[in-house]
This record gives sequence, C-alpha cells and structure tokens, in this order.
Amino acid sequence: MPAVRFDDVSKTYAGKGGGLRALDGVSFDIEPGEFFGLLGPNGAGKTTLISILAGLARASSGRVQVMGHDVAGDFAAARRALGVVPQELVFDPFFSVREALRIQSGYFGVRGNDAWIDELLLNLDLADKADVNMRQLSGGMKRRVLVAQALVHRPPVIVLDEPTAGVDVELRQTLWQFIARLNREGHTVLLTTHYLEEAEALCSRIAMLKGGRVVALQRTAELLTGTASTMLRFKTDQPLPAALAQRARSTGRIVQLKAHDAAEVESLLGALRTAGVKVEELEIGRADLEDVFVQIMRGAPA
Amino acid sequence: MKTPASPSGGALHGARTLFHKEVLRFWKVGFQTVAAPVLSALLYLLIFGHVLSDKVQVFGNVGYTRFLIPGLVMMSVLQNAFANSSSSLIQSKITGNLVFLLLTPLSHWAWFAAYVGASMLRALAVGAGVLLVTAWFSPPGLAQPGWIVAFALLGAGMLGALGLVAGLWAEKFDQMAAFQNFIILPMTFLSGVFYSVHSLPAFWYGLSHLNPFFYMIDGFRSGFVGASDVSPWLSLGVVGASFLAVSALALRLLKTGYKLRH
Repeated sequence: MPAVRFDDVSKTYAGKGGGLRALDGVSFDIEPGEFFGLLGPNGAGKTTLISILAGLARASSGRVQVMGHDVAGDFAAARRALGVVPQELVFDPFFSVREALRIQSGYFGVRGNDAWIDELLLNLDLADKADVNMRQLSGGMKRRVLVAQALVHRPPVIVLDEPTAGVDVELRQTLWQFIARLNREGHTVLLTTHYLEEAEALCSRIAMLKGGRVVALQRTAELLTGTASTMLRFKTDQPLPAALAQRARSTGRIVQLKAHDAAEVESLLGALRTAGVKVEELEIGRADLEDVFVQIMRGAPA
Repeated sequence: MKTPASPSGGALHGARTLFHKEVLRFWKVGFQTVAAPVLSALLYLLIFGHVLSDKVQVFGNVGYTRFLIPGLVMMSVLQNAFANSSSSLIQSKITGNLVFLLLTPLSHWAWFAAYVGASMLRALAVGAGVLLVTAWFSPPGLAQPGWIVAFALLGAGMLGALGLVAGLWAEKFDQMAAFQNFIILPMTFLSGVFYSVHSLPAFWYGLSHLNPFFYMIDGFRSGFVGASDVSPWLSLGVVGASFLAVSALALRLLKTGYKLRH
C-alpha cells in the first residue's frame, strides 16, 4: 500500500471563460518511508495538489488516498495519518506555544501528549519559548511552531509546503536535520520547495509539475544522470550566437550550456571560438537539479 | 512503518478541545467580551429606565423597570451568542489560522457543538452578569423559572448557530458588520425589549409577530414577570423551530465545507 496515492486527479476552479484548470490528470504514488520532492514553477499546481491531499480543497475528479484512506470518503482516518506544515505563516494570537500544541493534539483526540510535545520543542529549538505567546515569536520561530503543530499527532506522512521560504540558514539546518531523522525513523515526507539544492540533497524521488501535469517523475539520481549530465559554465560580456543563445541559461555575465558528452563540449567551444566570443573562468561540471529543472520546464508543453 | 498516535480520548475529546479553545478565546479577553456588554446593558437600564418609566405602559401592574430588565438580559444573551461564534470564525478565516482546524479529523457535528456551545456559555455568562448588576435596581421575580432556562438556552443556541452561519458566509469584516447592523441589531431592537408590542400601531404589531426575536424576549420575560404578549408555549414552538432550522443550515454548510474547502 502506498503512503500517498494520487489517481488521475484534476481540479478546475470555476471562473469566467470556462475556469482555470489547475490540475490535469495527475497520477503518482509515494511509497512508505520515501522522502519525496514535488517541484514546479509558481502556478504549476503544487499547492493545489497538496491542498486536495490535506482536505483543504476538493478534487474535481480523481481520487487521493493517504495510507489507504480516501481523503474525501474516509477523511478522518486520512487526516490522522497526515501532518501538514502550511505555506502561510499563520498562528493563533490567543495562545502560547505549549497551549497551541496541546490544543492541536486535542483536535486529533490525543490526550496526555506532553512528553511528545516536549520532545518536539526540544528538537525544534523551542524549549525556552514554550510559555511565550505566539505573537511575540519571530517569523522563524513561528515557522518552527507550525512544524511542531503538524507533528503533534505523530502522523506517518508529513507534508511540508515550502517550509524554508524566508527562513534563515541556521533554522533551515535544524529543520532538515529533524525532518531527516523522522524520515529515517520511518515517516514518509512530501516536500515542495523552491530551493532546488534542498530537494537534490534530501529527496530520493522527485515529481515535477508544469501547467497542472506531471512532466517528470524519477529517482533524483536518475533525473540527474538521465538528462544532460554535463554543464559548461563561463563568464562573458559578449552576446552569444543565436543558435547557442537559445539553449543557454544566462544569469548576468554567467552563461551555462548543457552538453551530453565530451564531443559536444568540444563542438560548443568550437562554436564559441568561431563566433569570436571571449570566454572567461570556464568550468565544466555535472548538471545539478536546477539545470535539469530548467531543461525539463523548457521542454515540457505548457 | 509509523502509525499515528492513537486518539486515546476519541472523537469526543476533539470536540471538547475545540469547545475549550473557544471558551478560552473569549475568556482571555473577558473584559471586552463579558464585562463590556454587562456595562452596556446597565447603561440602557439607567437611561431608558429613567426616561421611560413614567411614560410607557406595559403589562398592567408590572412596573417598567421590572419589565425592562428581562428584556435587556435576553438582548445581551442574544447579541453575545451571535458575536462569539461569528467573530471567532471571521477572525480565524482572515488571519488564516482556521487551517489548523481544517486539517483535523473533526466532524461537522464537533464544529457545531463546540462553536455553538462556547457561544452559549459566553451568552449565559453575560446574561447572568446583567441580571446580577440590575438586581440592585429591581430584584427580579422568578414567576416561572422553567421558561427562563428554556428560552435562555434556546435563544443563545439559535444565535450561536446564526453566528456560525454568518461567520462561514462572511469573507470580510465589513460583510460581518453588515450582517450585524442590518439584521441582528434591527431584529433585537424591534423585538419588544423596550416596550410591549401591544402598544404598537397595528402594522408594526403584526410585523413584530414575524420576528423570532420577539418570541425569545417575550417567552423569557414571562418567566420573570408571569405575563406575556403571547402564550409562552407559542413562543417556545417558534423559538424551538427557529433553532432547529438555523442549526440544520449551519450543519449543512459545515458538512459541505461551504467557503471552507474549495
């Protein structure tokens, strides 16, 4: 039984001119114990898919299951198996950190949960903030409380929707160490993020969404080797010839060009020399997830 | 493989937690949610009681202050029951923390019981407060305590449920203010809190009988003064039916996730 199953999930938001099709026949499974990444540009449908999984939105068609429980038909069991860290930095200003966590436990029918709450506070570096009102916490601390709230009922499946957006480096590391530990202990993790290096480092498998469709679904390692595996990076002040400019990724002076093998590297360098482009600080390296991402997003139909 | 923590307290514990949270929410700002409405009611009593006591003729031998106090108590009960569930929901929606609740396995029954229950508790606390401070001006008679309890509970329950409906419907604070100012406030003021409907011209007298708030106030007052504009049994029927109708609507909206789950 997969931990999460998306089965032909579509979602159309009603609106003028036929409405917006946010998801279009999305199907994939996440196996128990996986650390799974869901990537895609803004508006690709990541948050919509997670909202349907969490019961915050309803699919127009198709089915979603968590640990075998349908999120619509058997919502109580599905939600008990799921811990969701929402994207927005929300909090209830009436309560302290500990009160908020006790209340969240209670909603799930869990009593006498203080030992686990203390462990969460300790692991998320919040122990000294337990009795502080939520209003008085910094943004990063509020984010940690959101993570703790998602975990109070010890869900087997953890969903993190852009958990590190606007979070400082130190907290990011604390957070990932803790999530990685939970994953090692058997929790399934579903992560959406804009930081591709995080996804590359953490996720064993990745799905990429574009325009509401799955355009890639592979093990991270295969994704990195399966597509263009070599990247040519250099700096230049001159315009590239049209044929190269089309396939280049430019960030200011830095240009990146993909190549499949050594022969292609040679021919790219030849083309640059022929065009008279002055190349500085040339490097040849392995493609990272960002390169793969850009490549797939360019190739995929909108 | 990991399994979720067992819900040792069961589904009932979830509903109880939400009720407890809703009670804490108003209790932590009790000065504003309980003491302030008591003061307002006291001001109404001082002003209207003083100005109108010789001019308004109510039920024969019942003095105006004795007539007015139960009306003020019930008005406070109704307004605060509505205010509690509606403001809690709209605040949670606008600040976004309603998501914590939406992610839980709580059923629509649990939501309903917790929001309406907490509204009733605040309403009854305010009502008791008003009764206590006004008793100094005119000790309340307790002609038929059964009616007092029945109408207080049903009235608070109905307005708590109505507040839930309004809180689900409204997307902005000004929509909520409109609901309160154009529906709740006119219905409370035109319900016979300050006068006996028998003193009204025929048209307004007839119109008052279409207002469920009139039956709540009239029935509640009959428990104190032993006299009423219509039979308390009729009032009980109207108020009971209104409570059931509004509750059914609130439960339906919760079950379908109206404006909650898109």
